[in-house]
Amino acid sequence: MTTQGRICIAGIYEHPLRKAPDISTAQLHAECALGALQDAGLTFADVDAYYCAGDAPGGITMMANHMGLNLSQIDGTEVGGSSYILHLAHAAQAILSGRAKVALVTLAGRPKSDPLKPPPPGPATEFEAAYGIATQNAYAMCAMRHMHDYGTTSEQLAWIKVAASHHAQWNEHAMLRDVVTVDDVLNSPMIADPLHRMDCCVVSEGGGAFVVTSADMARDLGKPLVVLRGAAETNMGQDHGRNVPLTHTGAAITGPKAFAEAGVTVADIKYASIYDSFTITVLMQLEDLGFCEKGKGGAFVADGNLISGVGKLPWNTDGGGLCNNHPTNRGGLTKVLEAVRQLRGEAHPKVQVPNCDLALVHGTGGLLGVRHAAATAILERIA
Amino acid sequence: MTRTLPEPKISPELADFWAATRDGRLLVRACRSCDSPHWYPRTICPFCGSPDTEWRDHDGTGTIVTYSVMRRAPVPYVTAYVELTGGPTLLTNVMDCDPDALAIGQAVRAVFPKTEAGEAWVMFTPA
Repeated sequence: MTTQGRICIAGIYEHPLRKAPDISTAQLHAECALGALQDAGLTFADVDAYYCAGDAPGGITMMANHMGLNLSQIDGTEVGGSSYILHLAHAAQAILSGRAKVALVTLAGRPKSDPLKPPPPGPATEFEAAYGIATQNAYAMCAMRHMHDYGTTSEQLAWIKVAASHHAQWNEHAMLRDVVTVDDVLNSPMIADPLHRMDCCVVSEGGGAFVVTSADMARDLGKPLVVLRGAAETNMGQDHGRNVPLTHTGAAITGPKAFAEAGVTVADIKYASIYDSFTITVLMQLEDLGFCEKGKGGAFVADGNLISGVGKLPWNTDGGGLCNNHPTNRGGLTKVLEAVRQLRGEAHPKVQVPNCDLALVHGTGGLLGVRHAAATAILERIA
Repeated sequence: MTRTLPEPKISPELADFWAATRDGRLLVRACRSCDSPHWYPRTICPFCGSPDTEWRDHDGTGTIVTYSVMRRAPVPYVTAYVELTGGPTLLTNVMDCDPDALAIGQAVRAVFPKTEAGEAWVMFTPA
């Protein structure tokens, strides 16, 4: 069942906090929910479907009760930072099937004040975590192999951070608002070779939410019609040791599927929100989504090609996870929010893409090179 | 100062694997049905779904597929993927090495550092 433009994102909200020592995680979720519902012109009483992931304190039923929700659809799909892009697609299906009318998706967390506990150990834990696999060195091993296979350079990766910083300077809520140069990135301390500190995203507290309805309801609410055209999700591991995917990602699977469902091509995309836990994350996903040939990501991102108004592909114009916000170490939800702002024409004027009618959102949950889920969504502004 | 090794949580299906590492031997699980080795070890083949799997001895030789030096740690350490000769490829640490002298494609051999309780991990060192 394809959504064929019948499902809308009717409300969005990004919490302005980036440090939240004096507010509970549950309160953050509730404030984000309220903000998104108010943006849509709806109330908690209208919500009949709720989607949250592992960051919801007490789990989905506790948060649902906390906000007074009475639900006919409950979905706590937890696949890390990509969860919320899956939630969007799942909510669309629930509404299309008639099981729900108003779906709420929330994300919030306080990684410094109230860090998430790791999931219980599983069968792979003794073969991964024990070797000191953290986020940084997993992505760094991908970057190392990408450089080896394709000649990608640290300078090229740095351009991704430079683009994010150019956008973040206009975002009053962004955690890092200083414009940085390629040299600034290369001169920042090495974290896990070949990734420098400035190749890494911020650690921020806060959150966000969005509301999904039918296009008919969104029209009645008087909201700009931002519809879901296509979506896809997948999972990817280590190929059981046969051909470990170190230089490609789940985007190679979800991108083509989402484009096919939407009936559009990569050349039609005016704006892209692409997950940026690290600079290498962006580069590999851009290649896999088809914005450039595999191995040519370095040349594609260089010289400001991702800067709105400068390059060919305006990307993460809120400053992304690299500069703006990466609430509770999860980037998927904020990617949806900036895409909706662009399609509504509500991005900052300095980064707003003219006539932005088609946007792509892509997220990763987990660790590239180790195990991850991936999700793509294609959104369109219709009249 | 060296990195403290954690104690493995040994699942019943992998008792033989960990008994071998204690003896300084590397076992790889492989499928008799599709003849594929896989990693990490499982009793049901993740490629073809056959429960007809067996342990095979491996000489512990291999090459570095990729690696990274984790600098942001009290004791910097090297994570790597190593492709065993004939497969499979596994996530591991490279130890007793100059981290700045490592390279993709470099030959390595398995070593079995012991934990305080006498269990042993599979790691690698330059050959």
